[in-house]
Amino acid sequence: MAIESLQALMDAARERDLVEVIISDDCVERGASREDSLARMRALYAAIRRSSAGYDPSLRSQSGMVGGDGAKMRAYVARGRTICGDYAGQVIAQALEMGESNACMKCIVAAPTAGSCGVLPAVLLPYQRREGLDDETMVRAMYVAGAVGQVIAEKASIAGAAGGCQAEIGTASAMGAAALCYLAGGDAQAVCHAAAMALKSLMGLVCDPIAGLVEVPCVKRNAAGAMIAMTSADMAMAGIRSAVPPDEVILAMREVGDKMDESLRETGLGGVAGTPFGQKVSKKMLRTSEQ
Amino acid sequence: MNLFDILGPVMVGPSSSHTAGAVRIGRIARRLLGEGTPRRAVITLSGSFAATGRGHGTDRALVAGLLGMQPDDERIARSFFVAADKGMDFRFENANLRGEHPNTARLSLTGRSGRQMSLVASSLGGGRITVVELDGLRVRFSGDLPTLIVQNRDQPGHVSDVASMLASNGVNIATLQLYRDHPGGNAVMVIEIDKAVPQAGIDWLKRVEGINGVTFLNVEEDADGD
Repeated sequence: MAIESLQALMDAARERDLVEVIISDDCVERGASREDSLARMRALYAAIRRSSAGYDPSLRSQSGMVGGDGAKMRAYVARGRTICGDYAGQVIAQALEMGESNACMKCIVAAPTAGSCGVLPAVLLPYQRREGLDDETMVRAMYVAGAVGQVIAEKASIAGAAGGCQAEIGTASAMGAAALCYLAGGDAQAVCHAAAMALKSLMGLVCDPIAGLVEVPCVKRNAAGAMIAMTSADMAMAGIRSAVPPDEVILAMREVGDKMDESLRETGLGGVAGTPFGQKVSKKMLRTSEQ
Repeated sequence: MNLFDILGPVMVGPSSSHTAGAVRIGRIARRLLGEGTPRRAVITLSGSFAATGRGHGTDRALVAGLLGMQPDDERIARSFFVAADKGMDFRFENANLRGEHPNTARLSLTGRSGRQMSLVASSLGGGRITVVELDGLRVRFSGDLPTLIVQNRDQPGHVSDVASMLASNGVNIATLQLYRDHPGGNAVMVIEIDKAVPQAGIDWLKRVEGINGVTFLNVEEDADGD
């Protein structure tokens, strides 16, 4: 990848359109045509929309811990008395629904991982509805999200087993913040600083799934990641900048991941996985696997 | 990682390594058997696949791949029932495949003709996989590039047979790996190439004395019926 840092992305966008820089980079890297690249991205966005429409509140996950919360949230938002407001309520509901669909073996789009698949749809779909944007604009925002994820994957990690949940939900939130900031009319600098602010807010988040399953606490963290993405994008649009340069934030995230104890990196041992409740579920699932 | 390793795959959850990767392992095994849906499958789960595989649907995903499903097929969740419909018997075992990646499975298949094939493959994360053993021989390939797999007797001339067939069809070789169990025994060639091999070339190779099996894995190829 030619865009090896967020600084490189900001520099390149001084002379050319940000999204065109990213599309060209993808074409060079994969030896693909511009049309091929756009067709793939359009297909991904269409898959996100299909996936959102396919939510089934009656489904339950393998352990039985996950399912139905997205519908609960929608019903609560419909009653009109939410604390965060209707719009934020829609975002939270979308994040939960996508996370639940993933846990219940429905089709989703990993962004960057399956466990964090709810963040990007949660920030993009309600925004598109509210602003009346066409799909082509949303596809351009997907490129912005993807490029930020790519830089983080190169410089740090997007795997919970390597860097904890900060690498999964943290990266997804940074991608979502960048995409939102782009859609709101922010320039490349605002976009990259929005990503950095999101990443800083989730730094240190451990990967502690009960029984090693992508269920608890993963699903609800998608809602948290989406809200932090919106907060960070709004701060960036207000002209607020990350005091620490964005690329240095990514390296700090990597260092935190390296220092994280193994029990907190997708092993199902520490954090909420290590609680008496978590261990009870884990033993139950292990018995099922041995049968 | 390229842009579409970050965004995507489009997949049935819950885990790219334990579910999407497992479907791909099942699919690659089906292709290497080369007779459509197997009649019988013995699937050995190791490491994290054994410990958390049931909760992640790894078992159903492997069976779905053997049935030819793609990672985004929502029938994966009920693949055991589909297998019953298609007359595929399967059984699971847990074992510790020492020295392998934590997410590893061994698939021992019997085809409609009685042909047997076994493979060990690992899921590396993000839906990417690597095959580490084929019919008892250590190998290493991912299926990310178009890949030609030739199983032959270990005797002079077969590398040249394959290379000249590819050259005469204008196909460039990206990587070439050779493996064998012992001199004069069973050998396997894994050739990653830049574009598809014409069927006529594959058919020609299959008729060469000493070549026992030729499989072409085309990444672009999705249609894979029974």
